[in-house]
Amino acid sequence: MQDLHDLYQEVILDHNRRPRNFGPLPDATQSAKGHNPLCGDKLTLSLKVEGDRITDVMFEGSGCAISKSSASLMTDAIKGRTVDEATELFDRFHQMVTTPSDQPVDEAAVGKLAVLAGVREFPARVKCASLAWHTLKAALTKAPDPAKTE
Amino acid sequence: MTPHAVPVPAASSSFDVKAVRAQFPALQQQVHGKPLAYLDNAATTQKPQVVIDALRHYYERDNANVHRGVHALSERATAAFEASRRTVQQLVNAVSEREIVFTRNATESINLVARAWGDWQLKPGDEVLISAMEHHSNIVPWQMACARTGAILKVAPIDDRGDVIMEEFERLVTTKTKMVAVVHLSNVLGTINPVEEMIALARRVGATVLIDGSQAAYHMAVDVQAMAPDFYVFTGHKIYGPTGIGVLYGRESLLDAMPPFLGGGDMISSVTFEKSEWNGLPYKFEAGTPNIAAAIGLGRAVEFVRDIGFEAIGAHEAALLAYATERLSAVPGLRLVGTARRKASVLSFVMSDLHPHDIGTIVDREGVAIRTGHHCAQPVMDRYSIPATARASLAMYNTTDEIDALVVALDRVRHLLG
Repeated sequence: MQDLHDLYQEVILDHNRRPRNFGPLPDATQSAKGHNPLCGDKLTLSLKVEGDRITDVMFEGSGCAISKSSASLMTDAIKGRTVDEATELFDRFHQMVTTPSDQPVDEAAVGKLAVLAGVREFPARVKCASLAWHTLKAALTKAPDPAKTE
Repeated sequence: MTPHAVPVPAASSSFDVKAVRAQFPALQQQVHGKPLAYLDNAATTQKPQVVIDALRHYYERDNANVHRGVHALSERATAAFEASRRTVQQLVNAVSEREIVFTRNATESINLVARAWGDWQLKPGDEVLISAMEHHSNIVPWQMACARTGAILKVAPIDDRGDVIMEEFERLVTTKTKMVAVVHLSNVLGTINPVEEMIALARRVGATVLIDGSQAAYHMAVDVQAMAPDFYVFTGHKIYGPTGIGVLYGRESLLDAMPPFLGGGDMISSVTFEKSEWNGLPYKFEAGTPNIAAAIGLGRAVEFVRDIGFEAIGAHEAALLAYATERLSAVPGLRLVGTARRKASVLSFVMSDLHPHDIGTIVDREGVAIRTGHHCAQPVMDRYSIPATARASLAMYNTTDEIDALVVALDRVRHLLG
């Protein structure tokens, strides 16, 4: 049985208590809202894209420990990356959290984000971890409607 | 940790919770290596063995369509199906079994009324009055009916404790009010609404009344003749019956005058390509093959509840509510949402800045099943400016030990996330 400590790892709890890149981004070039109707989690993601590079990123909102820490970890991971690199990271993250829990994940491919691999044992929580990433995709494609996890 | 810091309620002499629990197979399991404490009864209740047996018996012995065949199986199925209707009629003390319409669930019952009654009676400028504590199922069908007819939806506010502000409610009941649709017992707050008083106010202006009894039906006796609403709806799976079966009680003269809801087989007396004649009550509102097994299972569930009795169930649940309120109130950082003067054994809560979703996941690992989220009542969350709550809802088979297990699990939450 998966232990709760595999889900609520210290890194995750730390990002939940002290989220990085949390707040408004006045000179954002694009932003998107994400909403998980199941649990009421809401977040706004703001990006500053210069050329093909994400030079700054901030998020605001309320959510559970998993969604908040995932958003925090994501902003750290994509800041300074190109749009293509961020999109590729979305795919790798998505693959990690949807890989069956009895199969190993490629931790090297996702770096620090690997701390969220434990979410696979908690199917009801995968959407919490994915919310920020779906919102990122919406912001990058400038989709007009709020990103939803379902 | 002293699990019995609060006096444990004395077991009622007529009610043996151990014997009751023994009749529910699903309660006899371990979850994540811990004994299951099932505290999510407002979402759905577990099923006693007699209900499971009734479903099995129907499919093994009596499976046939109802009201059609002349063969033995069809006659047995029809007899069992109609016997269930009479059992439900007796449960709510309806005058006639013609007043008991089987639907899929309470949501369908409300939609039936919003369509068949609403489209027939609501005119532009008419008002539909609901309360601020309604489940989405008693909001959305009326929004849709208002959009179709030009009627206006009005909402009676609630106070910080979770009681409808009756002065405001009274002010909102006017000659424009054509429908008053309110919940009997709130699924989030546990509030038991003063429905008799609300119905009396509606009567003064000639408004029609629908009471959503989804949560009330498993906690308390309902007498539709004494209460005298026009419609009373509830669902089978919350009163220890199967999913897929709901009930609409409707006053006979009103049901008789209403146009049908869905068209199809069983709801007609004659069909030609030019014109069809509607069947009598309640069949006019039961188009198509119903969920026969679930209807029979519901009848058995109602008998099960009746044999134990709402007096004993109510006393047990009231003692559990008092115990749980005291124990949960003592948990550091915990705040109960819903402290109405009259309430049932539903305890919604928030804990400092911990998100209910995290609480739910962690207590689940301790074998404790609670609901987290907005409980299909987003306006209630907005009213209290919270995104979600955690909710423990207690039924006849719950014990003080299970409440203790919840409190211990909440302790784990604080240690892990606090």
